[in-house]
Amino acid sequence: MKALLSLTGIEKSFPGVKALDGAQLNVYPGQVMALMGENGAGKSTMMKVMTGIYQADAGQITLNGEPVTFNGPRQSQAAGISIIHQELNLIDNLSIAENIFLGREPQKALGFIDWTKMFDDADALLARLNVQRSSREKMGNLPLGEQQMVEIAKALSFDSNIIVMDEPTDALTEPETQSLFNVIRELRQEGVGIVYISHRLQEIFTICDRVTVMRDGQFVAESATSDLNEESLIELMVGRKLQDLYPRVDHQSGQISMTVRNLSGKGINDISFDLHEGEILGFNGLMGAGRSELMRVLFGDVKRIRGVVELYGEPIHPVHPSEGIKAGIAYISEDRKGDGLVLGMSVKQNMSLSSLTALSYMGAINADKEHAQATYFKDAFNVKTPSLDQPIGKLSGGNQQKAAIAKGLMAKPKVLILDEPTRGVDVGAKREIYELINQFKQEGMSIILVSSDMPEVMGMSDRIMVMKDGCISGEFDATNVTQEQLLAAAIGKH
Amino acid sequence: MNQTVTNNLTGLKMFEWLKQQKALIALLVLIVVASLLNDQFFTTGNLMNILRQTSVNAIIAVGMTLVILTAGIDLSVGAILALTGALGASMVSAELPLIVALPLTLLLGGALGAMNGLLISKGKVQAFIATLVTMTAIRGLTMVYTEGRPISTGFTDTADSFAFIGTGWMAGVPVPVWLMLITFVLIWALLTHTRLGRYIYAIGGNESAARLSGINVDRVKIAVYALSGTMAALAGLIVTSRLSSAQPTAGTSYELDAIAAVVVGGASLAGGRGFIWGTLVGALIIGFLNNALNLLDVSSYYQMIAKAGVILLAVLADRKANA
Repeated sequence: MKALLSLTGIEKSFPGVKALDGAQLNVYPGQVMALMGENGAGKSTMMKVMTGIYQADAGQITLNGEPVTFNGPRQSQAAGISIIHQELNLIDNLSIAENIFLGREPQKALGFIDWTKMFDDADALLARLNVQRSSREKMGNLPLGEQQMVEIAKALSFDSNIIVMDEPTDALTEPETQSLFNVIRELRQEGVGIVYISHRLQEIFTICDRVTVMRDGQFVAESATSDLNEESLIELMVGRKLQDLYPRVDHQSGQISMTVRNLSGKGINDISFDLHEGEILGFNGLMGAGRSELMRVLFGDVKRIRGVVELYGEPIHPVHPSEGIKAGIAYISEDRKGDGLVLGMSVKQNMSLSSLTALSYMGAINADKEHAQATYFKDAFNVKTPSLDQPIGKLSGGNQQKAAIAKGLMAKPKVLILDEPTRGVDVGAKREIYELINQFKQEGMSIILVSSDMPEVMGMSDRIMVMKDGCISGEFDATNVTQEQLLAAAIGKH
Repeated sequence: MNQTVTNNLTGLKMFEWLKQQKALIALLVLIVVASLLNDQFFTTGNLMNILRQTSVNAIIAVGMTLVILTAGIDLSVGAILALTGALGASMVSAELPLIVALPLTLLLGGALGAMNGLLISKGKVQAFIATLVTMTAIRGLTMVYTEGRPISTGFTDTADSFAFIGTGWMAGVPVPVWLMLITFVLIWALLTHTRLGRYIYAIGGNESAARLSGINVDRVKIAVYALSGTMAALAGLIVTSRLSSAQPTAGTSYELDAIAAVVVGGASLAGGRGFIWGTLVGALIIGFLNNALNLLDVSSYYQMIAKAGVILLAVLADRKANA
């Protein structure tokens, strides 16, 4: 079969990391190609090369057999490629229709916008996706799932012959996912080539014709979906058995350190659980299920409304992160760039930011003490940086994450909350972070691990709580649970 | 071979360092050019004159630097200068001992600044709007209080001692210049050696991350605006002392000069980036430029245009460097 679009031998380097090294992807007309790989395998970079956001250092892109280069998303769009990004690029204050046709509004004579045509076309797209909304509604009024559907409608509106979908179902409900699948089947009939990126294995086997697997920036295999099963696909993705990737250590957990009873707050409702010393308690669930909100209530960043939290029998109800830290909770944010680190400050200054009270005398920072502490954690966590004075924004994701964890631990917490600790971290550094977490566990630290990555949460945790719509929807023994069970609890099917 | 590599490395480091010191280089170029064009320029008398004239703007700009480092702005400093100057003049003319009057005036400036901080942190009003409001209100209060007329410090002994702040000399250097230097050293120490200084940079760099790191962001902001108000009050004392009277319109548009000094000094209005010495250099550039143009008989109308050009150049150079 002739490929619509093919990328071969693609290489792309960033300072300090080779993101793509001989990557390959073919898109065939009327077929859905799954692009699989772990976080950090290079899928997103590959998509950015394909749509011209990045230029490859080496390799070839051919469209209908002709070599092409894309110097920006506009060029790839003109060539018939559109992409549905994982992060939504929508403007809340504009209507649905305005969002869909932003920058290419249908016009009447004299350059006036043809509003009637714009709303009608947008309504037709929404109807096709089975979204029960008028395209005149404000984007900001829509729940996340429907915003994602609008993003999909926008991609459809380009009449592209190649559509890339990056984790399109992450925020969707089950019926929304089914509508999307129906549209994908229609597009396939029309001869459109689709690239489908998802972590959800069931979806791959439901909707995709072929699979391309990437690992560490390299092409691993291309195969028909019918020739694979879940197990063989996972093996292709990780390149080793799961047990090897997640170095679980068996450790007897100790006494109860934290108890949470009937805790409610913004985005969470009636949460109860216990946490033990030397235990890793996993929290899984879909995006927006309230996991991060729960952690932020515990930490004091989001307001608690009802319920009790006790740390070693003492009630703690922080109303500001400073109180959470003082009470003995460390929270490592899921969003390093957004609210985890001050990227313009040095590695050392970031590491010590939560501990400056202990490192100062009468308000003056003891530079020697600070340096000693930062050096200790840099060595203990193997943070690779040319110097402690290096701006932390210049470090790789994995090293940034290790420094962020160091910041939390320098404040000597009793409970360590890690929110998506391996997001945007390459595979090698991931393993190091897992080993660190296990080391804390063996030292008797009480650890909460929030993760959307099912293999990770299953491979690392002792117990797993699953959340849905702000409530706990399931509790499992991690050594004895399947992805299907977790997913069923996450989407609320039993 | 190795030797060359090391030399190149130090050369590279020098180059990097020089790139950071654009403002300082510009200042030196300005001084050299002005000295060549006019032999009155590079004389002790004129240099001290420039430093004294610069001191008021520089002192306000110190407070403004702190505010801008937190990604804020303070438009009310000129108005605070006027009100505190007027109250200071009243206290002096009432022969309140200076040991009470001076701290009280500074405290008042601090309190007015803290009010800005409260509005911005607790009231969640944007800094630009909050200080625009207080600027207007404080300006109005000053007019009400002075009834639109200057307040003389009087002809008492207290008034004579008070005049020392603005007109006195110590060790061959005008007192306002000493005050400026002390202020810069203190705030330099604050920014580089204390927790508060670190927090200021952290908040400007990433406020959410600062909050999640346990920093009481509200408290730091209130402190920063209070310091800015205190600096404005100190400038108010100097201006009032120099003229032996408080003008109700004193300090008009001084906030803009202070912002200009900070920006020319290389700080980013987006917060988190900037150094206190840069602000000093920025204030000196503006001061030296004004003086040189005066000596060259350039009309004050053209001086404004020249100042605008310098600010624009500084910002463009900065953008290039960070692109």
